[in-house]
Amino acid sequence: MSESPQSERQKDGAGRPEAATSWEPRIVAFICNWCTYTGADLAGTSRMKYPPFVRVIKIPCTGRFDPLFMIKAFERGADGVLVSGCHPGDCHYTAGNYNARRKYTVFKSLLETMGMDMDRVWFSWISASEGGKWVDTIRKFTEVIREKGPFREYREMIDVG
Amino acid sequence: MSDRTDKIREVARKWLADGTVEAVVGWERGTYGEKCSPVLVRTPEDTDRLLFNDRCTNNLMTYLKRDPVRSMEKVGIVAKGCDIKSLIGLLQESQVEREKVMVLAVTCEGVKTADGTVPVKCRACDVKTPAFFDEIVGDKVASSPDSEARFKDLEKLDAMTPAERNRFWRKELDKCIRCYACRQACPLCICSRCIAEKNQPQWVETSPHPRGNFSWNMIRAYHLAGRCVECEACETACPVNIPLMLLNRAMARTVKGAFDYEAGKDPEVQPPLRTFNLDDDNSFIL
Repeated sequence: MSESPQSERQKDGAGRPEAATSWEPRIVAFICNWCTYTGADLAGTSRMKYPPFVRVIKIPCTGRFDPLFMIKAFERGADGVLVSGCHPGDCHYTAGNYNARRKYTVFKSLLETMGMDMDRVWFSWISASEGGKWVDTIRKFTEVIREKGPFREYREMIDVG
Repeated sequence: MSDRTDKIREVARKWLADGTVEAVVGWERGTYGEKCSPVLVRTPEDTDRLLFNDRCTNNLMTYLKRDPVRSMEKVGIVAKGCDIKSLIGLLQESQVEREKVMVLAVTCEGVKTADGTVPVKCRACDVKTPAFFDEIVGDKVASSPDSEARFKDLEKLDAMTPAERNRFWRKELDKCIRCYACRQACPLCICSRCIAEKNQPQWVETSPHPRGNFSWNMIRAYHLAGRCVECEACETACPVNIPLMLLNRAMARTVKGAFDYEAGKDPEVQPPLRTFNLDDDNSFIL
């Protein structure tokens, strides 16, 4: 984070998808340490295959998820963002995901009010034993994003000037 | 109106003379036209500067977050019903100690904006005669809230497609000069160090560029979701007339629909984002 956002975006080419010869979806997944991360790990150890375009960011709990994370991800060139954690009732910290659910409801409505493309924002509950669900979710999400193409509306805005 | 002015002065004089409060925050005549400005009165003699009329639009509760007022033993504050809602919000979040504030409530028929129109908050007002105070002045005014008025402006947003809405906001937020007047005027924007000013890591870009403007206005609205009491101080303060209340009211509508909660009603109730229900809406989560 010590570098300016501009140089960092140039470095990884996030702000310039058109320059790339073949575009692939850029998905950022904020997933909780106790369920979805372990679920994704299970998918790996079970040698399940799924599209490699997801960047996983581990958070201790979905209760830690801050809408700023999502804004920042889009700002840095994400085409889709997934937030996933333990099913209701299964939170390692008892109630983190219940609190997160309220945040999602409010933030989702804010995104809708701002006219964001809601197909690019997904929420899910994936438990530690649901490696298959993780694979399915990423597959479906990748398909949706691939069909939609790069998040041009947002890129136009962040790259202007 | 003028008799309310007299009574405000009388009560303020009494409080300052007997040492009940260190100072009284109120309104005084502004420097031009009919506009009123906030004033901090510290001596009984100075209370003659206080007044009340329909141009007293400022929500003075925002001064409760300022350090000079915070450090006072006890402060008196003149407040309309709508302003008291913000105090209730601050009490809910333990930002203010009830014993440190003396509320001098004033009944109000509604205020006027700079161009003389009646703001939405006054048309939808249900607290013309405040119910939460230490002292009240003015004759009782019956509230007749126009229930349609509150979310009426949202209809034009609802009618747009997402792409149109996005264009609308990009155009509006393009005007933002990042002066943060919205934040300073807001009685509930209470962080002593705002996320917009954090630079390691930097969450919100500080230059007035669409990128940072979008993030800033989004996060400002989000941080006020379920807390905003719709006093319209942000929108009034905005020098470039961004319709900030559209965002705030959209949030209020969501919170009302999803959690059946309205901000600024009861100091004992938990704010909606600090609590949860086991059966909150789960339909949008895979």
